Amino acid sequence: MTETTSDPTTHGVLRGGSVGTPVPHESAHLHVSGEARYTDDIPEPVGTLHAAIGMSERAHARIKSIDLGPVWNTPGVVDVMTVDDLPGANDIGGPVGDDPIFADGLVQYVGQSIFAVAATSVELARRAARKAVIEYEELEPILDIDTALEKKSFVIPTEKMSRGDAPKAIDAAAHRLQGRFRFGGQDQFYLEGHIAFALPKEDGDMLVYSSSQHPGEVQFVVAHALGKTAKDVVVECRRMGGGFGGKETQPALFASIAALLASRTGRAVKIRPDRDTDMVMTGKRHGYRVDYDVGFDEQGQINGVEFEFASNCGMSADLSGPVNDRTMFHADNAYYLDNVSIISHRCKTHTVSNTAFRGFGGPQGMMAIEWVMDEIARYLKVDPLDVRTTNFYGIGERDVTPYHMKVEDNVLMDIVPELEKTSRYRKRRREIAGYNESSEWLKRGIALTPVKFGISFTATHYNQAGALLHIYSDGTLQLNHGGTEMGQGLFTKVAQVVAEELQIDISRIRCTPSDTARVPNASATAASSGSDLNGMAAQAAARTIKGRLTEFAAQHYEVPADEVVFANDAVRAGDQQVPFAELTHLAYMARVSLSSTGFYKTPKIHYDRATFSGRPFYYFAYGAAVSEVEIDVLTGEYRVLRVDILHDVGKSLNPAIDLGQIEGGFIQGMGWLTTEELWWNAKGELQTHAPSTYKIPVVSDMPEVFNVNLLRSGRNNEPTIHRSKAVGEPPLMLAISVLHALKDAVAGIGGHQLSPHLGAPATPEAVLMAIGDLNQRLESEKEPAGVA
Amino acid sequence: MSVKIEVEVNGTRHEREVDPRLLLVHFLREELSLTGTNVGCETSLCGACTVKMDGLTVKSCTQLAVQADGASITTIEGLSPEGELHPLQQAFWDEHGLQCGYCTPGMILAAEGLLAVNPSPGESEIRESLKGNLCRCTGYHNIVKAIQSAAKGGA
Repeated sequence: MTETTSDPTTHGVLRGGSVGTPVPHESAHLHVSGEARYTDDIPEPVGTLHAAIGMSERAHARIKSIDLGPVWNTPGVVDVMTVDDLPGANDIGGPVGDDPIFADGLVQYVGQSIFAVAATSVELARRAARKAVIEYEELEPILDIDTALEKKSFVIPTEKMSRGDAPKAIDAAAHRLQGRFRFGGQDQFYLEGHIAFALPKEDGDMLVYSSSQHPGEVQFVVAHALGKTAKDVVVECRRMGGGFGGKETQPALFASIAALLASRTGRAVKIRPDRDTDMVMTGKRHGYRVDYDVGFDEQGQINGVEFEFASNCGMSADLSGPVNDRTMFHADNAYYLDNVSIISHRCKTHTVSNTAFRGFGGPQGMMAIEWVMDEIARYLKVDPLDVRTTNFYGIGERDVTPYHMKVEDNVLMDIVPELEKTSRYRKRRREIAGYNESSEWLKRGIALTPVKFGISFTATHYNQAGALLHIYSDGTLQLNHGGTEMGQGLFTKVAQVVAEELQIDISRIRCTPSDTARVPNASATAASSGSDLNGMAAQAAARTIKGRLTEFAAQHYEVPADEVVFANDAVRAGDQQVPFAELTHLAYMARVSLSSTGFYKTPKIHYDRATFSGRPFYYFAYGAAVSEVEIDVLTGEYRVLRVDILHDVGKSLNPAIDLGQIEGGFIQGMGWLTTEELWWNAKGELQTHAPSTYKIPVVSDMPEVFNVNLLRSGRNNEPTIHRSKAVGEPPLMLAISVLHALKDAVAGIGGHQLSPHLGAPATPEAVLMAIGDLNQRLESEKEPAGVA
Repeated sequence: MSVKIEVEVNGTRHEREVDPRLLLVHFLREELSLTGTNVGCETSLCGACTVKMDGLTVKSCTQLAVQADGASITTIEGLSPEGELHPLQQAFWDEHGLQCGYCTPGMILAAEGLLAVNPSPGESEIRESLKGNLCRCTGYHNIVKAIQSAAKGGA
């Protein structure tokens, strides 16, 4: 793609909204006044019905019989449907076709959809949905990774990526460590739960408002469920109350059920599961077990490493293929691994099918290598930061990833030394050592961890986007693109791009809802790619119209085209200046088209999945964080005392939005690794299905000191939109520093003699257990016959 | 069975016959079309549905509409006169104290409740008093800044 030409510094003073300025969120005035309309706020037509889903009460069972009589007999019930009533496909769109809308004789998790009911009120529908009498023939459920591995239960086949000869390099290394650790999954906990609202139109068409990161997929799933085609279904989403990956594939279930019931009854149907149901029914981040075997030298440089990942995918494939692939792609994180072998098992269990969540498998890969770095450092009794920097990718050498992509844009040597200095990492580590010596019951720990995150969908065809831009004759614009707004500020950034291109005030632009009728075949707003893809598509649309306006102005004012300049909400043609709105009116009168689509596809990327080689990522985003914590040795409770972050967003499109993404992503990652615990009982019932038991960070969990900065020299090597970088996912992984700071604090108990056994989530309970375990090991080390 | 209630909401009196089981949040959203009050968890833990009732902040998902009989309620729509913004609303906007916006109305009303009793809270007081309002997007940093900024401005 061509380099962008507009640079605010060379164009004089722009009016509001140019690229690089901290424009507030385009909906902020609506958010603060309560006027922002979410799907549940759309006025309902008279006669609107409300739906609820009848769910499986068994983790794994055959359905012997279903008696829906009591459901039908509940007052207010208008319709009930099961798999037998489907006019089309019983498939919510997963790649393998193993995700039914309604269970067909077999249930595979507690909470699986079996039937749906439409009633005159939400309460009546929910009450009725609990009244079915279902007889099950119980089958043995597989509920955890270990059992799944033992029984070779997988949703898709195991993959292996390797380079060099890891076993040989490990054997030959001066030191060797082997181990296993585990970390849990995470619920997205978008504040606005899933919701869909279907309105039947003429000729069997269906309009569905869906809180979805991927309206295009919802459109196809709904069409197939109805036995129709894409042209018959329109899906719209103005905004979501948070998505975080949880609304990538998961909305299709709710949207198709609303549409099916709407189609059957001829009435509008809304479905909004309550929070507990939402958490029980919908997929989450994958939990993992990781085994590693690593050989390294005296400096901690890795000679060879083998990873064996096993993730809990739940009952179906959903996005588990690409999620686990991304784990493999991020098992190197920031480090050069010469001899490496990465095995990835995608375990099938009888729990909810896990799905996308900010980072999409990347965080789990990084967790593995960061764990290994920490273990090496504790073994060698050196600062973990030194082991990390020793293993960093080089510049011009040691720069090829295990999947044979050259790391061409490494800025970690700009980031890490600066952060080390500004956070006073070395000095604080010494101070902490002194503090821990004198403090018996409170121990502190510190850790610096880096992030290198690959940007692009690993499914190459997803890396495309479309936009639709209209300029009205009064000089105002409607901007549409395939991206969705979930709070991340995508609409704001794309509007800035258009304002910049046309050198107009951003207030001229109305961002319109994501709508399958406006931009077709749009990819999910995911993989952090929203502004990279849609920004470029919108810029292309703006350039097309700008070209027409330039040509028109050149003719109209009889000047050469290169003397037509867009600036300051106006257009100069030679020595004449005309307000933007006047030019658009003149252009309209002269019959110039003022509407255009724009299209973009990411260049350079290619990737052969069979050999795990190629260039799956257009570029990498980088960052690093230093976290300091204090634990209470008697209770396991802890506080995050201070966090310093330096993160690379390239040339920021909007520094306020980017900082917000970094802060929010970090805290969300911290939640994953500390307080958020998914816990299933022996029957496969999720027991932490509400904020009463599932603890996302609250305001008092924020680090007491929280210094977040953008890398000032940041600039994307690739010609992305205004040389910016994606920011949605990468900051989440900065929170790995919190887990390692906690490990460091626990290790402080024994004077850093032993490495703590502390996986994630490191709840206070887990920290306390790790302390107990460490104390026991210290005791047994004192006894000559003790076993470590 | 329905019960007659009389409630003042944002300065306007409303008389309605309601089901005794009707929750206040549904009364506000469905009966009065005040959809700025959001439903988050329905168990009084997330705070998205926070409103003010007789000067106190309450979570409207665990109040019954009949409990509001005779009460005076302020929702986000009534926090400031039409066309104007309350200093907290302005501060959340200016300080980027929001992303998806779903928690924002409840967060602002909870903050208003804090400032009503403590007009210039320290950072730690803000952190303590807003624990009952969850935000999944922002990491809270700018929310705390917004409240501090509004407090300084004399909210």
